[in-house]
Amino acid sequence: MSVIYLLLTLSILVAIIFFIAFIYSVKSGQYDDSYTPSVRMLFDDELVKTPTKKETN
Amino acid sequence: MEMQQFYYDNKIVKKFIYATLLWGIVGFTVGLLLAFMFLFPNLTDDISWLSFGRIRPLHTNAVIFAFVGNAIFAGVYYSLQRLLKARMASNLLSNFNFWGWQLIIVAAAITLPLGYTSSKEYAELEWPIDIAIALVWVAFGVNMIWTILQRRQRHLYVAIWFYLATFVTVAVLHIFNSLALPVGFLKSYSVYAGVQDALVQWWYGHNAVAFFLTTPFLGLMYYFVPKAANRPVYSYRLSIVHFWSLIFIYIWAGPHHLLYTSLPDWAQNLGVAFSVMLLAPSWGGMINGLLTLRGAWDKVRTDPVLKFFVVAITGYGMATFEGPLLSLKSVNAIAHFSDWIIAHVHVGALAWNGFFAFGMIYWLVPRMFKTTLFSKGLANFHFWIGTLGIILYALPMYVAGFVQASMWKQFNPDGTLTYGNFLETVNEIMPMYWMRAIGGSLFIIGALIMLYNMVRTIKSGSDVTDELAEAPALEKVSKYRTKGEGWHTWLERKPIKLTIYATIAILIGGAVQIIPTLLVKSNIPTLTNVKPYTPLELEGRDIYIREGCVGCHSQMVRPFRSEVERYGEYSKAGEFVYDHPFLWGSKRTGPDLHRIGAKYSDSWHLNHMYDPQSTSPGSIMPGYKWLIRNELDKSSTESKMKVMVTLGVPYTEEDIANAQQNMLEQGAIIEKNLYADPDFVKNYEADKKYAQDNGEPFIEMKNREIVALIAYLQRLGTDIKVKEVQALLTNEK
Repeated sequence: MSVIYLLLTLSILVAIIFFIAFIYSVKSGQYDDSYTPSVRMLFDDELVKTPTKKETN
Repeated sequence: MEMQQFYYDNKIVKKFIYATLLWGIVGFTVGLLLAFMFLFPNLTDDISWLSFGRIRPLHTNAVIFAFVGNAIFAGVYYSLQRLLKARMASNLLSNFNFWGWQLIIVAAAITLPLGYTSSKEYAELEWPIDIAIALVWVAFGVNMIWTILQRRQRHLYVAIWFYLATFVTVAVLHIFNSLALPVGFLKSYSVYAGVQDALVQWWYGHNAVAFFLTTPFLGLMYYFVPKAANRPVYSYRLSIVHFWSLIFIYIWAGPHHLLYTSLPDWAQNLGVAFSVMLLAPSWGGMINGLLTLRGAWDKVRTDPVLKFFVVAITGYGMATFEGPLLSLKSVNAIAHFSDWIIAHVHVGALAWNGFFAFGMIYWLVPRMFKTTLFSKGLANFHFWIGTLGIILYALPMYVAGFVQASMWKQFNPDGTLTYGNFLETVNEIMPMYWMRAIGGSLFIIGALIMLYNMVRTIKSGSDVTDELAEAPALEKVSKYRTKGEGWHTWLERKPIKLTIYATIAILIGGAVQIIPTLLVKSNIPTLTNVKPYTPLELEGRDIYIREGCVGCHSQMVRPFRSEVERYGEYSKAGEFVYDHPFLWGSKRTGPDLHRIGAKYSDSWHLNHMYDPQSTSPGSIMPGYKWLIRNELDKSSTESKMKVMVTLGVPYTEEDIANAQQNMLEQGAIIEKNLYADPDFVKNYEADKKYAQDNGEPFIEMKNREIVALIAYLQRLGTDIKVKEVQALLTNEK
């Protein structure tokens, strides 16, 4: 069962990484605005919008 | 603000879509073949590389890593670029990711049918392929993180968090579960043994489901569902809560795959507690996905893409409700080892992963090829026949699982088992196996229709080119603000680099500290009676692994009266200390084998392996005729034993030096036992005479593979005698 120490260590470390990422993401303002991002992703920024059909020979 | 123009890499997305379509069909077809092998066990009679045990892992690996894997890459490469307003950082890495992944799949498709397997579920591939997977996976991650660093949109959309968590966690899981010592080019032994190996395997196995089949698809859900419905996700705040709670809780739930086994109770209970908690974040995500369609349900009526998404998310909700339910010990006692679990995973695989990938492909392909879908009618037909297929697959399997598990546990008033013959419980559920095969067929028909629809759509469209896009450059953090900052302050501004460094740090630190600890003998509690396998038994065990016996037979008698009555004394943790890898299994299509040793004669085993139906009428086990013909490869026995010594198995120098002699002697005893069967004598002597008359080489029975397998099977579970265990227990009191 000693392997449980390995798994606990790894699991806790992964959790810590995620925790650090979480704290950072909060502090860097990732979550200050919880509305705009959900709408912004709906807009496309491709320049060519008109579908160009394959030329028929 | 300065506007920058750049091209999205669409070609890499296109390649991954093609690969998804191809491997999807392959994976489903292998699955269907397996479903029909339940009905016609000898469908591929005497073709070793198409036998059930060998192609079952081919099916699971093909659908998980080939079909779902390529779908993940296609969706991530498409959405990541657009969410970050940046092209993938490196074309080289993108293509390395693509071609490397396909090569790994081809390697799997060749090695698994040939019997090269580690036998650990969803991690069957042997060590050289494992290394390749790690490399390609890291290339994917580096490319993704590099692109994030070049982004033109400072805010990271929630989907990207899911992609990042997927990358980090899968890397850690894969590396630690695959730790093995090689014996040869395509053979290795897990560094963990028995209970430890089981725990690591299901820590991995459960999180393969969590971080390969769930988190990346949730990321895709948060991109493609709003896009397809053209409205924002129901609650962005909920998506954030969903993300952090899901990834935090998921990683602890693995032990629920080992309830009532020899795993210590506290570890089992820990797994149960976290599994029950998982219900909340899982359903939070499902609800967020479904409610995104608020006010857009009229579109669901007409748009096949949304139809697929709705069924996919509903399937996710059902599977994640069932998961915590199955983790309750009382429910698990019924469902574990039965076809209930097969139903459970297929609701997740066919509905959540399958239908989501289909919906995504139906949305992506017309867009990328600048055209419209060839036939909406065919897409709708695909949707309905696929849904019907899922229902016809899952429902009969639920019934089958429940019926069979109930029959296993049924007692007569006098205390004997009502269905003492395991085969009675198998024959009872044959109609359900039939329905499952029909359901699977419908699902494949749907997939083939999609393939046709896609081919026609692609033909009518224009060539895929990299799309031009425009976005302002990301405003730099000004020099003034960073003046005089230390390296760590700099690092703190670079979350991605911080994550990478932290991950590398834990990997090195963890590996250096813990691997030696695992290899030290004192960590393995031993029962004095439990001895290492003899060389012949060790070789037999490797044949058991090669043929994939573990796919249908468990080696774990749970401490229930019904199981002790049927199989014998329940399994003890100390009995598995030399099992590299563990072979507890997760499914009982056939009976448990942990106490099979000394139950039947050697002759019975030989006849049973040659033609299972001759000894067990109505059995659905296929024959293993080649084992009876093939010569046992004894060339690497000594190196196998040496590797085992490194792993803590107490073979002496003398044991290793005498290995060949020892194998001959044990083989000769079994050969002698086989002579008790007059039919065997008649056939065997006739073969020998024929070979002599024609001057052909003749392999003596004691040197054939079957003898090694019989040696192993007769040894299984015989180390502790019931009386001795009882004596031990009374002494403890």
